[in-house]
Amino acid sequence: MRATPARIAEYRSARRARLLSTRVNAVLATIIRRLLQTVVVMLVMSALVFVGIYLVGDPISMLASPEATEAQRDAIRASLGLDLPLWRQYLVFMGQAVQGDFGNSFLTGEPAMRLILQRAPATLELAITAMLLSVLIGVPLGIRAGLKPQAVSSRAIMTGSVLGFSLPNFWVGLMLIMVFAVTLGWVPASGRGQTVAIGSLNLSIFTVSGWLSLALPAITIAMAKCATIIRVTRAATRESLPMDYIKFARAKGLSERRVLGVHLLKNILIPIVTVAGLEFGQVVAFAVVTETVFSWPGMGKLLIDSIINLDRPVVVAYLLLIVFFLVMLNLVVDIIYTVLDPRVRLEGRR
Amino acid sequence: MQHGMATSQADSAAAAPILDVRGLQTHFFTRNGVVKAVDGVDLTLRPGEILGLVGESGSGKSITGFSLIGLLDSPGRVVGGEINFDGHDLRHATQDQLRDVRGRDIAMIFQDPMMTLNPVLRVDTQMIEAIQAHRRVSRDEARNRARDVLTMVGIASPDERLRSYPHQFSGGMRQRVAIAIALLNSPRLIIADEPTTALDVTIQGQILYEVQKLCKETGTALIWITHDLAVVSGLADRVSVMYAGRIVETGSTADVIGHPQHPYTHGLIDSIPRPETRGAPLAQIPGMTPSLLNLPEGCAFRTRCPRATEVCTKDPQPVEIRPAQWVRCWHAGEPDPK
Amino acid sequence: MSQADIVKPAIAAARKPEGPWRRFFVDFFASKLAVVGLILLTVTVVAAVFAPWIAPQNPFDIGNLDIMDSKLPPGSESGDGTMRYLLGTDGQARDLFSAILYGLRTSLMVAGISVFFAFAIGATVGLIAAYFGGKLDALLMRIVDIQLSFPAILVALMLLAILGKGVDKVIIALIVVQWAYFARAARGAALVERNKEYVEAARCMSLSWWRVLWRHLLPNCMPPLIVIATIDLAHAIALEATLSFLGVGVPVTEPSLGMLISNGFEFLLSGRYWISFFPGIALAIAIIGINLVGDHLRDVLNPRNAN
Repeated sequence: MRATPARIAEYRSARRARLLSTRVNAVLATIIRRLLQTVVVMLVMSALVFVGIYLVGDPISMLASPEATEAQRDAIRASLGLDLPLWRQYLVFMGQAVQGDFGNSFLTGEPAMRLILQRAPATLELAITAMLLSVLIGVPLGIRAGLKPQAVSSRAIMTGSVLGFSLPNFWVGLMLIMVFAVTLGWVPASGRGQTVAIGSLNLSIFTVSGWLSLALPAITIAMAKCATIIRVTRAATRESLPMDYIKFARAKGLSERRVLGVHLLKNILIPIVTVAGLEFGQVVAFAVVTETVFSWPGMGKLLIDSIINLDRPVVVAYLLLIVFFLVMLNLVVDIIYTVLDPRVRLEGRR
Repeated sequence: MQHGMATSQADSAAAAPILDVRGLQTHFFTRNGVVKAVDGVDLTLRPGEILGLVGESGSGKSITGFSLIGLLDSPGRVVGGEINFDGHDLRHATQDQLRDVRGRDIAMIFQDPMMTLNPVLRVDTQMIEAIQAHRRVSRDEARNRARDVLTMVGIASPDERLRSYPHQFSGGMRQRVAIAIALLNSPRLIIADEPTTALDVTIQGQILYEVQKLCKETGTALIWITHDLAVVSGLADRVSVMYAGRIVETGSTADVIGHPQHPYTHGLIDSIPRPETRGAPLAQIPGMTPSLLNLPEGCAFRTRCPRATEVCTKDPQPVEIRPAQWVRCWHAGEPDPK
Repeated sequence: MSQADIVKPAIAAARKPEGPWRRFFVDFFASKLAVVGLILLTVTVVAAVFAPWIAPQNPFDIGNLDIMDSKLPPGSESGDGTMRYLLGTDGQARDLFSAILYGLRTSLMVAGISVFFAFAIGATVGLIAAYFGGKLDALLMRIVDIQLSFPAILVALMLLAILGKGVDKVIIALIVVQWAYFARAARGAALVERNKEYVEAARCMSLSWWRVLWRHLLPNCMPPLIVIATIDLAHAIALEATLSFLGVGVPVTEPSLGMLISNGFEFLLSGRYWISFFPGIALAIAIIGINLVGDHLRDVLNPRNAN
């Protein structure tokens, strides 16, 4: 068969189409596989959580008055389905869960999932603001520290970063309240500012008072995360800087700004984004503490209260939601990683 | 510093050298002492000439290349000598001036093309930026130039290649891209640091041939840094042999390879296996390269040299032992004692 | 060939041979920050260990307390003039300085014990996984990965919700949270060591796998584990403090620094900052000291940095 230009073109386009469909298949296969993994993890977690919480104390004593008779307690127990054997309870629970019904809070009677989702935007607002702050401040500082590791400013940055993640989060929050809210009175000491409704979400980032209230909690979280980002950035910078492609970029006569801003940055973004993504998960979870300190009406505060009050459905619902969120977050980070690093993307997923 | 190694009476009538390096010294100031990576190197290059810089690992040949365009990492610094490129003093140039020269007048090709091309940027980005750093042209014009040069180095379907990423190329093709990048701004001088060492032998031959052709066509001078004398014998007009930071012999390829004067050059040539030496034990140069932190006094090759005598404890100076052939040896030209 | 290829062999050839311990100490003390960290750490540990002898008052003996002396600012004199409250008193009229010393004790003890056991369990699991490989390795590491993907605070909260209050329960929760770090690090180090010759030699001598692990493999995996242990100690202290602050940690009878801070929370808004401030400083000093030491330890023990 002679390799005429027409035949070559035909061969090329057919090959391209095959590769594309293989690529798409590969990506699809991965997504499906991850979703299946999610389901398995969720099942396992929900079982663990369910069994665990079951062993915690008796919710009845919280809900029934101390003088209630045995019969009255039994009645309450039956109405909440607590008299069934454990595995029956679990099945009932799972059956309802897949329909989106996670039971009602023992305390308020409202659907547990709805309670949590109502408070989710507040937590997410806080988490996203804190992460953005950390990245916007941490990356430039980290690059600076990585460029000239021996300089005074770099050492100061690194020492500062040790402080950042050493100081206990909640204590930092307390001290910030003391200085900025109590002594200086610039910002309120607790609570969330005015919210603006966007669709069904209530966000406070669109009001001035919202920002004032958001400032301290976000800074508290950001201090620790910023430190991590600085360290990762610095390490990545130090690793990338001696690489040949940086030297080659300089040998081409490129301006230092381009060498650092394009060649270096694009390379270090990969580990930074991965770390930032994973830290985001931590932030959402760790918001528990910050929300307690600042009385921020988010999911975390709800969780602590529910644990103390033995409000089982809410705790279970929260945990499942967080598990789902974390697994999804991991998936998203993986996808972003493949988008950023063409070596992984174009060879198909390994 | 006395008259350098490479210019002589016969040359003054020829074209003025495009590169004139005399007494170059590059030292690394480490915690453990001063590493004298380059300690007195003279190089001269005429326009369009190909010079082979030969030496083993650790001889300082790559550092010489980097020193010329100021690409030394700390704690390295050029501490002595003159670097004259086309009439400009490169040694005392500012960073901005050096940046102008790099990539435009002097281009460099590195050894491992996998690491020299940024893996997360597309090839066209990396080529277009090299053009736009030195000339105000539009992206399209730059892309056209990139395409033309890719064709020049023998890469088929350049448009597709431009849109690809480095890891999608084979090693030989990547190095061709690197050569293309070097040629983008029509430099007067290309410094190639062991560009074929990481490649297959067959590809090596191809690249050698094409580089030679390109240089002759475009009139670009070339310094080809390598540890392989064989590579250089087919390619270069002139050869400089480097040992422990110094040039020990320099001359035309035919002279240096045909009539080696320095015992080290002699040893190098002898140690190349040839069909005639089949079956016989390979000739070796005994001993090891001295540490550049603690060089022996006098001639650095003294400890391994079959011709070494008392006088070798004094530093030999370059001597024009034959017309246009310079050697740094007290016993130049003598036969090795058996 | 890069520039490093010339410089490094030259330096290596010129170096005098030194014992590994000596070089370790020289490298370690080369950093002023690490020395500062070590000093801070020593001060904290000494203060904690000798608390009963240093503290001017035993703050948990109710008989010592005079309720009239509560909430006094730092430096005030006690009502009966017998002592000076260096750092003030808290809501229960406890001398803050003494409370901090005892609290430091609790905090360090809880963290120390939990790290010790987490180290033991985690390192064993990691070494076993690396040594036997195959399905066992895959299974163990899967468990480790799953656990590590969950934020520590959540795992701890869940466990404490189940187990209830008490110092021992806090320790258990901390152990469960931390063992996975050690497991992963131990496995990583052991995988590298496993292929080295001395392991082959030990196996050839038909030593039981337990002995190979314990006497041969473990000592050589220690450096990264030590680094993780120091950093983990800091984490443990912070985590315990956080849990106590939230009210799910140590009980009121044996307060740690976190609980002291929590007690002072309510007084913050009325300007009585010291009740939360000083315990926090103590906590910070302990953690910063450990982190400074651990940081530098990591740099010193990192095989990639070895010349």
